Amino acid sequence: MLFPVSPPPPGEVVCEPPNNKLDRFVGTLTWKNNKYPLDNEKLLLRGCVMRNTEWCFGLVVFTGPQTKLMQNCGRTAFKRTSIERLMNTLVLWIFGFLLCMGVILAIGNSIWEEKVGGKFRVYLLWDEVLNDAIFSGFLTFWSYIIILNTVVPISLYVSVEVIRLGHSYFINWDRRMYYRRRDMAAEARTTTLNEELGQVEYIFSDKTGTLTQNIMVFNKCSINGRTYGDVYDEFGHKVEITEKSPSVDFSFNPLRDKKFRFHDHSLVEAVKLGDPAVEEFFRVLALCHTVMPEEKNEGELVYQAQSPDEGALVTAARNFGFVFRARTPETITLYEMGKHSTYQLLAILDFNNIRKRMSVIVRNPKGQIKLYSKGADTILFDRLAPSTEDLMYTTSEHLNEFAGEGLRTLALAYKDLEEDVFAEWMVRLHEASTALENREERLALLYEEIEQDMTLLGATAIEDKLQEGVAETIACLTLASIKIWVLTGDKLETAMNIGYSCNMLRDEMSDVFVITGHTALEVQQQLRTAKEKILGPTREIVNGEKDAEKMDLYRNDSVFEETITSEYALIINGHSLAHALEADLERLLLDTACLCKTVICCRVTPLQKAQVVDLVKRHKRAVTLAIGDGANDVSMIKTAHIGVGISGQEGMQAVLASDYSFAQFRYLQRLLLVHGRWSYLRMCRFLCYFFYKNFAFTLVHFWFGFFCGFSAQTVYDQWFITLFNIVYTSLPVLAMGLFDQDVNEQNSLRHPKLYELGQLNVLFNKRQFFMCTLHGIYTSFVLFFIPYGAFSSNVRDDGSHIADQQSFAVTIATSLVIVVSVQIGLDTNYWTAVNHFYVWGSLTIYFCILFAMHSNGIFTIFPSHFPFLGTARNTLTQTGVWLVILLTTTVCVMPVLVVRFLRTDLYPTMTDKVRHTQQASRRQRPQEQNLKRVRRTSSRRSAYAFSHQEGYGELITSGRNMKVAVPVFSLLRKRGDPATGTTVVAWSSGSGTRESENTQGQ
Amino acid sequence: MAENEEKAKAQNRCPDNSAFKQQRLPAWSPSLTAETVLPFFYLLGIACVLLGVLLQITMQNTQEIKVDYTNAESCDMCFETRKYKVNASRECHCSITFSLKERLEGDVFFYYGLVNFHQNLRRYMDSRDDAQLLGRIKKLKNPSVYCGPNFQYANGTPIAPCGAIANSMFNDSFALFFHPLVDRPLRVPLFRKGIAWYTDKNIKFHNPYVPNESLPQVFQATAKPLYWQKPVYELDPNDSTNNGFINEDLIVWMREAAFPNFKKLYGILDRQSSKMFEQGLPAGNYSVSISYNFPVQYFRGRKQVVLSTVSWFGGQNHFLPIAYLVTGCVTVLVAVVLTVVYIKFGKKGLKMED
Repeated sequence: MLFPVSPPPPGEVVCEPPNNKLDRFVGTLTWKNNKYPLDNEKLLLRGCVMRNTEWCFGLVVFTGPQTKLMQNCGRTAFKRTSIERLMNTLVLWIFGFLLCMGVILAIGNSIWEEKVGGKFRVYLLWDEVLNDAIFSGFLTFWSYIIILNTVVPISLYVSVEVIRLGHSYFINWDRRMYYRRRDMAAEARTTTLNEELGQVEYIFSDKTGTLTQNIMVFNKCSINGRTYGDVYDEFGHKVEITEKSPSVDFSFNPLRDKKFRFHDHSLVEAVKLGDPAVEEFFRVLALCHTVMPEEKNEGELVYQAQSPDEGALVTAARNFGFVFRARTPETITLYEMGKHSTYQLLAILDFNNIRKRMSVIVRNPKGQIKLYSKGADTILFDRLAPSTEDLMYTTSEHLNEFAGEGLRTLALAYKDLEEDVFAEWMVRLHEASTALENREERLALLYEEIEQDMTLLGATAIEDKLQEGVAETIACLTLASIKIWVLTGDKLETAMNIGYSCNMLRDEMSDVFVITGHTALEVQQQLRTAKEKILGPTREIVNGEKDAEKMDLYRNDSVFEETITSEYALIINGHSLAHALEADLERLLLDTACLCKTVICCRVTPLQKAQVVDLVKRHKRAVTLAIGDGANDVSMIKTAHIGVGISGQEGMQAVLASDYSFAQFRYLQRLLLVHGRWSYLRMCRFLCYFFYKNFAFTLVHFWFGFFCGFSAQTVYDQWFITLFNIVYTSLPVLAMGLFDQDVNEQNSLRHPKLYELGQLNVLFNKRQFFMCTLHGIYTSFVLFFIPYGAFSSNVRDDGSHIADQQSFAVTIATSLVIVVSVQIGLDTNYWTAVNHFYVWGSLTIYFCILFAMHSNGIFTIFPSHFPFLGTARNTLTQTGVWLVILLTTTVCVMPVLVVRFLRTDLYPTMTDKVRHTQQASRRQRPQEQNLKRVRRTSSRRSAYAFSHQEGYGELITSGRNMKVAVPVFSLLRKRGDPATGTTVVAWSSGSGTRESENTQGQ
Repeated sequence: MAENEEKAKAQNRCPDNSAFKQQRLPAWSPSLTAETVLPFFYLLGIACVLLGVLLQITMQNTQEIKVDYTNAESCDMCFETRKYKVNASRECHCSITFSLKERLEGDVFFYYGLVNFHQNLRRYMDSRDDAQLLGRIKKLKNPSVYCGPNFQYANGTPIAPCGAIANSMFNDSFALFFHPLVDRPLRVPLFRKGIAWYTDKNIKFHNPYVPNESLPQVFQATAKPLYWQKPVYELDPNDSTNNGFINEDLIVWMREAAFPNFKKLYGILDRQSSKMFEQGLPAGNYSVSISYNFPVQYFRGRKQVVLSTVSWFGGQNHFLPIAYLVTGCVTVLVAVVLTVVYIKFGKKGLKMED
């Protein structure tokens, strides 16, 4: 928030209209007859936080939906699941089917009236109006539409919503998706997408805050050939470090950071003993950086680091007794093991992408001039004095070890400088820095010159802390045939590093394609090369085919996707992506990307994230899921079929735009493999049963039509028709839709392959629908014709008749209720008490209501409404009737049993097998078997800790960003509350520095 | 303090650890294994076959004699007479003969059968007023419009009983005669009451009751249905308690048949009144004399007389035993096939490969 002290003098800003380009801004400020250019450097994006300043002037240029960030958000579309769309289509089909039946019966009626009814009319004395057979057919059509309308499952929509609501509650209630540390339970924010969670094929994940915690932790180090950081037990075995491992007590140090944890005691002991190498090591960490300290109260140090890596290193030094306490442009004050010592800062040899190192030259309190350097090991090792070769090899081994654990490493070195050499160098440096030509090159040369013959001190290993269980989750989801694409605003290096540490990139991979082209042509070239390499030289990649051919190509690709044995990875950065997402290249990009096991897009803007998601959504018939935690993920969360928000420290935008939210990436596994799979299963079973039930129920009228002169006489009692769907059969299927489980949660997680049945959509599709309806039609046929055969000439055992319509109705209705109850019993895999209660309860209720409605009392009160008096008593006491019901049930259910038995016996699915195993092991204690911890075994020398930009060194030495004198604002990634978000043009007398990380495309 | 509060709050947001909310309700999850399905099929199949055999044997002990009298023998003349509406009021009597080769054992039931008569048409079935038949005075005088055009005459006189069903009531009457070889014909005694359901007779149908008025007086302001020859209170000339809405022939007729071919009970053999019929109907020659009133030629219908005995599962019924036998056999066959399939192919199918 900005609070202007006094009203600013009038001025005028002319700038570009609102747009979504985050890396560009053009405008001019006219103020007091002067014109000032406004560019991107002077722009604060919505959600930014100012640092290191007490005040600044600002001007709001865009607000609300005009802000660049909001322009990147994309539109909110109403999300529906594929099953729901299919359901709508099917309901339309059913409606068509209903019309067809109506027409058939109406024609039947016309013919019947013509042939038979006309002669029969003498008994009916109908008005002359009805003499016309055609008109009678017309009326019959509408009568049948009304009678048969129960075939259109109207209550389906309500039931589906109830079931989804239930599933959403189960997600909300899941303790295993509850994050205790932040007291955050998972939340299903929509109730319409649950079953689609069981069909996800592509996951698009943000990196920072989603895969990683965005916390850097000083984890290990190697000092003078010895590693610190591992904990060993008394037998010398390495102990796994967990939350509960005892950590080192830093209480000797009053200025320590209390949140810092380190587990290896030997390092503290080494510091306390005053090992010179260790001291020097920490001195490097405490001196060689661009961190700004802030000490509001005595002893309450806060570091403002522009990259979390540096912060972690300086904090480590601080806790081990080398506290970086204050800096001025010329000095750095340390609090070294309880003593204040001030170093004169002589020069900062700043970081840049080519140098991959930074150094400082200081004069220590003893007056010695020292150069401290830290940087990428490969770079630094070339600049060491030959005498330290042995140490270099040892350290190199240690670095390999660190890299193998996915840590980011830095090598540290120092050098003593002679006074005169330095003075001479300093003169040349001054010359170079004031030179007008080739200044940078000359500076680089000078830096190179002095950073030679250094002595190696050791190496640090920093953990870019992944969220808990990320690697395991990714491995598990990959086993479930879900493809995970990482879309991040981070740099290539960082993104790749995370790719390695969460096991998405592996050493065994045949190739990792990095697409960094700057022009469309370059990108195309690189993509083609990659594709050709994957597919082998035999396949020509043809461009610009017709659609049909494209489909062919696509199909071939799918085949290839399966046959390609070696694994590839594709990494593409924002520039190239912009070209690759053009209409003519997107197909190539998609094809290539889909051939790769892993896809990482780095330096992408929020809008590009959405475009990538949209690309997959459009061309692959696959369900996509986007997961992210920040405002920059909102567009992709909105675009994907399912959006998941990680409710982290990054504010609420992502969560607010999402469909599901929880606190940890690893819960995604449970959301998809357990909740999603179950939801899908339950919904499909529910739909199948629902359609079956309606067909079985309604089509009996159709068959009866052929015997009652197509006169639209109903088979059942009106009350039965009213109550059948609501009271007699709704609850058992609802219970199944809510509680059914084919395999338990442990097995769902242990066998991720089970998830594939949702991706292939085998449980409910048009074919399944036809099977259900056929099953329903068959049932209705049996339900009608067996009683017909048995009844048409039957009498009771006391000779009085039973072939009357009412007895027939009661018999069929009872058979129907029993048959559909048995069927739901067969469909239910998981009989909880609730299921039992509902199934048996429904049957009981049926008989209770039946007898109540056929009772004397209700008839004498409403004789015209309950004409079925006594039918239940007279019919259901007959053995013959029960024989009919038994036969009907047997004939209806037997084929289902046979088909199901044969299917599980001959073509057992994965589910059947797991179920079988699960039941076999039922007697043994069910034990939770976690997936084996995925250990990364990479030898890749990991990169590089600096994720910041160059230029800070100069700022420090020039003194321009020293706090009191000059405000400096930095643009921090998406922090802050959405309500106050505005885009601000800010200026100050000093030059602004900003941290550009995730929201920035370059 | 604050920490405690925070802890309490944390507890609040944490979902309950109940079996229901965590979807861990104890449950029974059956599955279709060979151990359960195959024995079930065998048992079911064998049970069906046994039941089928039992039904077949039982059914063979029941007998049914069906005689079509539409235009048989002397009824041919009546058939012709009834062809024309002008003859509607003319009485016509005829008789048919048949012989029983075996004695009809036990209770014998006398039915009349109609072929091709649609009692199950929607408009026909709706055309009645149960409230009127229940004896509601208000409805007697003011029958429901559901009765259709048959609820009152053009002059406003209400019809009792109203509606197409009542109007089309079957009005042939029968007398069954036994012809012993030596003696003169003997009328077979039939119970003409007790042929309707108890609930129908005693609850669903009641005569309207007005204190101090006889039945004809109660029905005074109403008219008989159009096709009827006598008013409802004179339906049974022999038994005054069998008149009005509780006339059992009317009650039987009012229970509409589900299918166009049906039979309805007319009388039950009275085995007590005569020694000859104590065991049922003896073998020999019989004749039925018919008061032929009901025209069927309009809709190409047929009329039958049916004599039948019943068993514990109802009258003679060929369908049920055969259906059970077929189902049972098919089930056993399927069970055998499934066993073979299971042993040959499926035994190891469910083992996990890994």
